[in-house]
Amino acid sequence: MKIAIIDYGAGNIKSIQFALQRLGFEGVLTSNEAEIRQADKVIFPGVGEASSAMEKLVSSGLDKVIPTLTQPVLGICLGMQLMCTSTEEGNAKGLGIFNVTVKRFNAAVKVPQIGWNTISELKSTLFNNIKDPSFMYLVHSYYAPLCDNTIATTTYETAYSTALKSDNFYGVQFHPEKSGEVGAMILSNFLKIEE
Amino acid sequence: MDIKNGRTVKGVNFVNLRDAGDPVELASFYSKNGADELVFLDISATEERRKTLANLVLEIAAKINIPFTVGGGVASIDDVSQLLNNGADKVAINSAAVKKPDLIDKISGKFGSQCLVVAIDAKQIEGEWIVHLIGGKTPTTIKLFDWVKEVEQRGAGEILFTSMDHDGTKNGFANEALSTISRLVNIPVIASGGAGNMQHFEDAFIKGKADAALAASVFHFKEIEISKLKSTLTAAGIAIRN
Repeated sequence: MKIAIIDYGAGNIKSIQFALQRLGFEGVLTSNEAEIRQADKVIFPGVGEASSAMEKLVSSGLDKVIPTLTQPVLGICLGMQLMCTSTEEGNAKGLGIFNVTVKRFNAAVKVPQIGWNTISELKSTLFNNIKDPSFMYLVHSYYAPLCDNTIATTTYETAYSTALKSDNFYGVQFHPEKSGEVGAMILSNFLKIEE
Repeated sequence: MDIKNGRTVKGVNFVNLRDAGDPVELASFYSKNGADELVFLDISATEERRKTLANLVLEIAAKINIPFTVGGGVASIDDVSQLLNNGADKVAINSAAVKKPDLIDKISGKFGSQCLVVAIDAKQIEGEWIVHLIGGKTPTTIKLFDWVKEVEQRGAGEILFTSMDHDGTKNGFANEALSTISRLVNIPVIASGGAGNMQHFEDAFIKGKADAALAASVFHFKEIEISKLKSTLTAAGIAIRN
């Protein structure tokens, strides 16, 4: 199986590559359109600031490529947020795959949320054999509110989406590569999806 | 875990490990046994430390699937960049932040607050909490409660507070100081120094209002099993992964 990890200079991808390795797969880091289109699975990672990450996608033309992919695509953390309509972070426009606007947590809670929190109301083959609720590792200051695309819910200040799905596109706010055995199983479930 | 020249030092007493001095093996053991996060602190004083530490981070990242923080002598953007690129989730800075506070702004500006832990060693001098350097050996003129606010404003993502008065005593964490810090800042506070039994952890969360608690020797010496500690804390009503 060919797994492409989209390379747009947005943060550390080593942990994702290692997590795939532990499952027996190799993730190829690439920004090449043909290579991305040919892959069986695509992982869209991201750590950092949304508007500058979006600028990098636009300047490399990947903003046009990603929404037209037809194989299963998994956005992680900022990757998931960039797949939304827009985000309050730097008032960036997103890729418009998930129909929701990413918002900032209020100062009433500690921001960023750093640590383990539960995901529940799990609704997708992505969560096959995953206990509801399960603890996952999260690091973020912005969140996607609940919407039609929500397939997992977490509560921090308010109930929000920790996973989204639209056709072949999946997005998770948590870090499966850092969430112990449960996270590894979710990654493994993603690799098994056939569409 | 305290690391020296690529090996775990200070009181590791694991009979079921082939080599208790190997930080990768120990990390993997803790990761499988329910630790939520690991902190590696390099205490080497050699020239080679940076390369050794960077290689070690790569090995740890390959092996474990929970978040980990790396610190010890981190003093520049390049240090941070190398550690993060090798798979560390967060870096901890301590003395360098005291000497050059704008390093906090620079690191959080470039890599984001979420990957920056500011570690603070402090102890009381005539009733006042004072920040100390070099593992608590050298006092500064900085007051702890001023410093925590400053590091938050400059962009720290988390504070790792070690009370030198409590470290190694096994008499419990510095709960009063912890609760003051938690009231002063709106970023997660990690309690460190003083863990001796399970009640101490419960106290750190409830009395100290800490967001996380760190301990070394009680785990290294198997005085506390992580799984039992977690079920005890859950029974006490503390939200914790188990």
